Amino acid sequence: MQRKKECVAMLLAGGQGSRLYALTTNIAKPAVAFGAKYRIIDFPLSNCINSGIDTVGVLTQYQPLILNEYIGNGQPWDLDRTYGGVHILSPYQAKTHSSWYEGTANAIYQNLHFMKMYNPEYVLILSGDHIYKMDYAAMLKAHKKSGADCTIAAINVPLSEASRFGILNTNPDGSIYQFEEKPKIPKSTLASMGIYIFKAEKLFSYLEADDKNPNSSKDFGKDVLPAMLNAGEKMFSYCFDGYWKDVGTVASLWQANMDLLGENPEFDVGDKSWKIHSRNPLAPPEHIGEKGKVTNAMVALGCEIYGTVENSILGSNVIVEEGAVVKDAVVLANSVIKANATVSYSIIDENVTIGKGAKIGVAKDPNAEIVVLGRGLTVGDNVVVSEGQKHENDILA
Amino acid sequence: MAKTAIGVIFANLHDENVPELVRRRTMASIPFGGRYRLIDFVLSNMINSGITTVGLMTSNNYRSLIDHIGSGKEWDLARKDGGLILLPPFSERHDKMYTTRLEALSSLTGFLSRRNEKYVVVADCDGVAKFDIADIIDYHESKNADITLVTHYGKVGNRSDFMLVDANEDGRITEIKHTPHVKEGTKADIFINVMVINRQFLLNIVEDSVTHGFTSFESDILIKQLNSLKLYRYDFQGYYAGIDSMAAYYKHNLELLNKEVRDELFGDRDIYTKVRDSAPSKYGEEAVVKNSLISDGCVIEGVVENSILFRGVKVEKGAVVRNSIIMQDNIIGKNTTLNCVITDKNVVVSDQKTLSGCSTLPYFIQKGTRL
Repeated sequence: MQRKKECVAMLLAGGQGSRLYALTTNIAKPAVAFGAKYRIIDFPLSNCINSGIDTVGVLTQYQPLILNEYIGNGQPWDLDRTYGGVHILSPYQAKTHSSWYEGTANAIYQNLHFMKMYNPEYVLILSGDHIYKMDYAAMLKAHKKSGADCTIAAINVPLSEASRFGILNTNPDGSIYQFEEKPKIPKSTLASMGIYIFKAEKLFSYLEADDKNPNSSKDFGKDVLPAMLNAGEKMFSYCFDGYWKDVGTVASLWQANMDLLGENPEFDVGDKSWKIHSRNPLAPPEHIGEKGKVTNAMVALGCEIYGTVENSILGSNVIVEEGAVVKDAVVLANSVIKANATVSYSIIDENVTIGKGAKIGVAKDPNAEIVVLGRGLTVGDNVVVSEGQKHENDILA
Repeated sequence: MAKTAIGVIFANLHDENVPELVRRRTMASIPFGGRYRLIDFVLSNMINSGITTVGLMTSNNYRSLIDHIGSGKEWDLARKDGGLILLPPFSERHDKMYTTRLEALSSLTGFLSRRNEKYVVVADCDGVAKFDIADIIDYHESKNADITLVTHYGKVGNRSDFMLVDANEDGRITEIKHTPHVKEGTKADIFINVMVINRQFLLNIVEDSVTHGFTSFESDILIKQLNSLKLYRYDFQGYYAGIDSMAAYYKHNLELLNKEVRDELFGDRDIYTKVRDSAPSKYGEEAVVKNSLISDGCVIEGVVENSILFRGVKVEKGAVVRNSIIMQDNIIGKNTTLNCVITDKNVVVSDQKTLSGCSTLPYFIQKGTRL
């Protein structure tokens, strides 16, 4: 008997995420921390396991160390399997060639042998850039029902933002008649989410053809999908109407974090019917001190809070000393806000130390810009960091 | 150190200390400190000292323990060689189930003789402390002892079964008193149910006991053979929380609100436990939380002071929780006030209730109660 997997997922996790500035200097975007205890990649990986997809190739390229270490053997997502499971796929050297992944399609093409190992009927392509909960099994069911060669998950976006996306123009039955990558004048507001299900054989043949095409930029959105459409392949959209957030910019990352707060949050990570799995820190419960004040906040294990925390997200083991105020901010794991310092409207990366009495950012308002302080840096006592500044090195005076 | 010792943990001994909490579980699986169970401290001490083979002895009510421990992977004990080995009751057709430590150890001869480590670290789950087991083994080795008993100088509580241990300057034990009549609160060197024994020696005494019909490890081995055996005492001077009564359970949980205690227990070594993938805890607009430990998955809309909240607790608006220990997945309803209360898992206290105990006699609510 030949063993096989019905559907193999390929997760594109090589992106640099340059619009996140210092937050991605040393780590790949999918490894960026989110929601106090998670990393972005927890969402597609949890979606996979919750959808019954247990074979996932994670394609890494840019700064993969932290991402690789985080994924490990996949145990936190129950993806440590004897057959299948999660596999890190980095660029490699072959007998006749060796190259970096040149585009999304090329990255998948270079791992044809990985997919073929599982003899799949379908391949699910994902990216590691979004925060969302989605049942890929329901999408696969729709894909089988329509008999499409390719199904593209799509979401309605505001018309004003439509030209940032790949836009699908569809017939009433959901079939796609036109695909426009970042159109100046969009004809519809149905945006591709970068989530595709292909019939495996079709995907393999189009990737092989694309590789031989010298004029191709080796990108799904720009090359492979238009080529399939031009050749008359059956392509369908799959409409998704849940929460879906691209966290590719500082402002959207900050907002997505804030979307977790409140009694009826826009996005609920505590939903027990769709658990988000993650690697958990080994830390004791958080301690709120005698003078601590924590309101409208999400706090991870191991925090010690002696000051004030308001409208904020704190990663594990963050220390907020007495008199310090953290407001409208995202503070990632192991950072220390020393006594009487204030942090407003900022994203503070992991292992940052903010000196006594320092003042980071300004009160949030629609015109203010978010401060970003990169991993491991130190801000000296009483130093003022004004709004919108992005730093990756120590600021001692 | 790595391959010189194996661990043996007794999950059920001392169940009588806190009968309320062990109605449906073992001493080992009693929740403690927000997101732990008592066994986590013992097991983490062993792992952090390089022990990679641990036999876990259970006798009854061990379902919750098995649920907690699983394959042992969260303690890095899912291994090909050794790892965590569950040792549930085992008896040959006509034998009775074991009731004493010695009888339990007799049932271990198979496990013990298949290993080749030199020492066995035996520990019960009735205490919370951070031991450097490697240091205890070094001491045991340097004394060339047969058995080293770990003691802690402290007040004799109201437990029904304990041993006081006297030793000379060199640490050699000169006298052991098994549950003597002493005034409660008297300070003495108390055996805290952790010991190091040479594996081969343990196998010998177990065999010897069977032929002599011995039943008690304490009186038949330690006390009767005090002079012929090389028994040493290791004086543990760190923080020790003995769980010998409900009052002690309550007191030692709340002691975790002291930074010094937390730093000692959690400071430079990890305490491993089962993870549940709960979301981080959430604090509402009206939350007021002071001097408390809050675990993941909690949602707090009310007031929490001087309390320990386990995972997944919901404190609704207007609710006030003071000086209390609230276990996993409790719901404390709107405008309800709790003071000096211990609630077991899955308790729901509906709106507008007032419940209060006092610090020496906390009010206990059983698992799954709907009030």
